[in-house]
Amino acid sequence: MSNKVPSALTLGIARGGLEIRQFMRQRESVVFTMAFPIILLAIFGSVFKDTLEGGVTFAQYFVAGMIASGLVNTGFQQLAILIPMEREFGSLKRLRGTPAPASSYFIGKSILVFVSMAVQVALLLVAGVIFFGVNLPSDPMKWVTFTWLIVIGSAASTALGIAFASVPKSGRGASAVVSPVVIVLQFFSGVFFVFTQLPGWMQQVAALFPLKWLTQGMRSVFLPDTYAMQEVAGSWESGRTLLVLTLWLIAGIFLAIRTFKWDRA
Amino acid sequence: MSGVIEVRNLKKSYGSLDAVAGIDLDIHQGEIFSLLGPNGAGKTTTVEILEGFRSRDGGQVSVLGVDPAVKGAAARHWRNRIGIVLQSTQDSGDLTVGETLSHFAKYYSNPRHPEEVAVAVGLEEKSKALVRTLSGGQRRRLDVALGIIGNPELLFLDEPTTGFDPEARRAFWGLIEALRQDGTTILLTTHYLDEAEALADRVAVINRGKIIETSTPTELGGRATALATVSWKSSNGVQSERTANPTEFVKSLSNAFQGEIPELIVKRPSLEDIYLEMIGGADE
Repeated sequence: MSNKVPSALTLGIARGGLEIRQFMRQRESVVFTMAFPIILLAIFGSVFKDTLEGGVTFAQYFVAGMIASGLVNTGFQQLAILIPMEREFGSLKRLRGTPAPASSYFIGKSILVFVSMAVQVALLLVAGVIFFGVNLPSDPMKWVTFTWLIVIGSAASTALGIAFASVPKSGRGASAVVSPVVIVLQFFSGVFFVFTQLPGWMQQVAALFPLKWLTQGMRSVFLPDTYAMQEVAGSWESGRTLLVLTLWLIAGIFLAIRTFKWDRA
Repeated sequence: MSGVIEVRNLKKSYGSLDAVAGIDLDIHQGEIFSLLGPNGAGKTTTVEILEGFRSRDGGQVSVLGVDPAVKGAAARHWRNRIGIVLQSTQDSGDLTVGETLSHFAKYYSNPRHPEEVAVAVGLEEKSKALVRTLSGGQRRRLDVALGIIGNPELLFLDEPTTGFDPEARRAFWGLIEALRQDGTTILLTTHYLDEAEALADRVAVINRGKIIETSTPTELGGRATALATVSWKSSNGVQSERTANPTEFVKSLSNAFQGEIPELIVKRPSLEDIYLEMIGGADE
């Protein structure tokens, strides 16, 4: 009889599979999560018919914001609402009573966020190309940027979601606490508008948070390089984007570990 | 030492309230031990300290030879040897019974087979059913199944049969008996005195953060030697007499009636009578 418990990583991967299976069975929530960015793209693409400078459609401009805010919705918003409910219903406490460590739980959530994000982005891009004339970048370097933005973005979003899940007092109230934060952040970060047309103070506030940098990073992927001139700094600032997102990722992991609560008490 | 749980002078307070005010406990290998007490007596706090869910303010605690305040890898090895059935767990229920059992089995080094556990708790027919479709009693049995899936040496059972109908409760007691046969040590907290009487080898009554008495269910509070009440029906209506020698008394009654005594009842105090007296007495 061995007394060797499975590694945290093994259990984390098993939990990831379980989380995805559980998520897939909540059909309404799957459809909503996957279709919401496409619906928003359809609405904004139809409202703003004018093309921007250089023949860029608004749908093309807007895809960047949709992917960036998808990262925030799928990771931060989903987890900051889901985890307080799991805490309230006692499933976290039950997990705590098993040999599975918190890190396995975190790994499972990261896998859930990453996989649902990948599917969501793929669907958005396919719909964008077919229905809204979105052009995908041809430069491989842009796809490299795209990939690290998705990876670091979803990791940071996951970590911050777990950290913020300690804020709502109850599972039922979580959505009321989390949603306004996300919506305000989306407006400030230029997800729904051309960022540089926002008031200066809003731009400065937004620059403190990761969503602005994710959106700007995604613009560098989906817009012609001539658009870099219109950014606040006159360039895409890829290095700074990577730095800010990495700092938020580290802060998120630190806070998630420090503030994580299994129990309501 | 054969002590699965050893507690000395355990203390825990919340502000000015001494929830646990110096408790000693010794629970032995293979026994079913029941902790009884009213709400707010310190029962839950004590059990949660033993489960490693709460910190303590003072005293020594050893559970399977380990301090439950243990952290890190040692905590995982410790949790690998215990099973915990909490009072209520309501998750989304989007997994099947079989999936849930198989998944939890992965957490342990030496789990029981999920199908075997499903049979043990009487859920074998429900293996492919989503957890959300189970009745309250079936969900509770799943909770117990998850508590024993890791093949624990020690099982914590918190109010396991709340909301069960009498038949389901009997079936459940059979399951707990079977676990005892396998040598599992069980710490049971329950509000049902008949449950403690049916299952427990020993009981401890806790009130106001202290243990009033630890004994077997039949001997608690001097129950075995307590006065018996004999009641019967005479021409003047129902009569009753408290006596230390009920056999003698019944014999003399029988002589008086020249045979059958109408509506004869000989009653010893139930565990519940004794318990209520102890709790009431402690309230003075």
